[in-house]
Amino acid sequence: MVDQLINHLVWPIVYILCITIPLILAVAMFVYWERKVIGWMHVRMGPNKIGPFGLLQAFADVVKLLIKEVILPTTANRFLYYLAPMLTLVPALAAWAVIPFSSKMVLSNANAGVLYLLAMTSMGVYGIILAGWASNSRYALLGAMRSAAQVISYELAMGLCLVCVLVLAGSLNLTDIVNAQAGHKGLLDWFWLPLLPVFVIYFISGVAETNRAPFDVAEGESEIVAGFHVEYSGSAFAIFFLAEYANMILVSFLSAVLFMGGWLSPFPSSWGFIGQGGFPWLLIKAFLFSFLFLWFRASFPRYRYDQIMRLGWKVFIPIAIVWVLVAGCLKYFGWVTIGTGV
Amino acid sequence: MSRITHYFKSLLLIELFRGMGLTIRYMFKPKYTVRYPMEHIPKSNRFRGLHALRRYANGEERCIACKLCEAVCPALAITIDSAPRASDGQRRTTRYDIDLFKCIFCGFCEESCPVDSIVETSIHEYHFEHRGENVVNKQQLLAIGDRFEKQIAADRSQDAAYR
Repeated sequence: MVDQLINHLVWPIVYILCITIPLILAVAMFVYWERKVIGWMHVRMGPNKIGPFGLLQAFADVVKLLIKEVILPTTANRFLYYLAPMLTLVPALAAWAVIPFSSKMVLSNANAGVLYLLAMTSMGVYGIILAGWASNSRYALLGAMRSAAQVISYELAMGLCLVCVLVLAGSLNLTDIVNAQAGHKGLLDWFWLPLLPVFVIYFISGVAETNRAPFDVAEGESEIVAGFHVEYSGSAFAIFFLAEYANMILVSFLSAVLFMGGWLSPFPSSWGFIGQGGFPWLLIKAFLFSFLFLWFRASFPRYRYDQIMRLGWKVFIPIAIVWVLVAGCLKYFGWVTIGTGV
Repeated sequence: MSRITHYFKSLLLIELFRGMGLTIRYMFKPKYTVRYPMEHIPKSNRFRGLHALRRYANGEERCIACKLCEAVCPALAITIDSAPRASDGQRRTTRYDIDLFKCIFCGFCEESCPVDSIVETSIHEYHFEHRGENVVNKQQLLAIGDRFEKQIAADRSQDAAYR
């Protein structure tokens, strides 16, 4: 009885904490890194006052947000208003359950891991819609509507990109997908090469999914102040913030896992030590992808709303559909090697 | 034809990559930021900051209460009263107030002064903690002048050839 309790309750909780606590710390450091990088790209310095090189800036911000009052608008729906941040954060954290950090390190080696991921990332939009609707403000409602339409359109393109990966890998399990990218040539064995357009579409859709610049019409500071979370303050706002950044890191990890060979080394396996796979490789890849998010934000102006819709429906989805066929041909005629090629 | 090249250009994201190339180049450039309390940018000797009233080397105050500065002040920030001095009957100010909230730091008072008495120093870091401290009186202005006379004189001598 006690054994069962420990096996089914205590250890899973320990594992979950092993993922979420580093994740939350990573979010804090990512916020700092974002402000630094964008500062550098604007020829500024970024935060440099709190702690060495401003490293503690994010923690100071967290403390500030947590000790502030959560103001409930009088016309807001109390229950939904408090539910919305949680509905945003929970899927953003829950999605991490199926991410394989290395060949052995994965919390839940689910068979249908990709489906689970799709479900979890789609759940996030409910939090956004509810936040916009429950706070009973025009700006928030507009932001929520925009965000819902955008996320749903880009989910389609994203799903089609995933179909390409699934066709090549022949599995919905993320560990299997990474193993299908293994090979002797290292970097050139990964799926980004046969699926290059889809890879680009997937990452851009990921940027749109997380409502980041240049697709951040849901926030649109210059038009609708802060979009769906305009009425949120204090810790409720902090939760939205945390969820957004956790989602960004998640998309970075997913891009690495699905297209960039997860924990596999970019060098040929004959190169000895650096040819071996491992968790650090995944970390490096995810870091590079998350850097792209910041780079985009510093480089591009915000898309107009109708342009976002046009890009999603009339450019990304057709290309992705065509590439599903191409991927099918690649697989059927054996033009790509799946797995180690033996 | 141009349509086709346009399609390829937008599909290959060429312009977007060029934009990103620009931002990454700027990321490694030296930064313009001046960390203000620790670092200062060079200041001109003609900088117009906090006011001061000067004295001659023998300790006699320069101001002769001609009230030119009061007359020229576009913001009406200067208020002067004058009377013969009790000791020797010379015309001197009994009151010399500058309202720093009204002052626009145009430097006209300094330009109009025939004896270089009222000057604007290069001090720009000062603050008030109580209501009413924005009006500085004659004693305070003279004290500022005494304290920063060296700097004031140096700034003036640098500019003397052009005045």
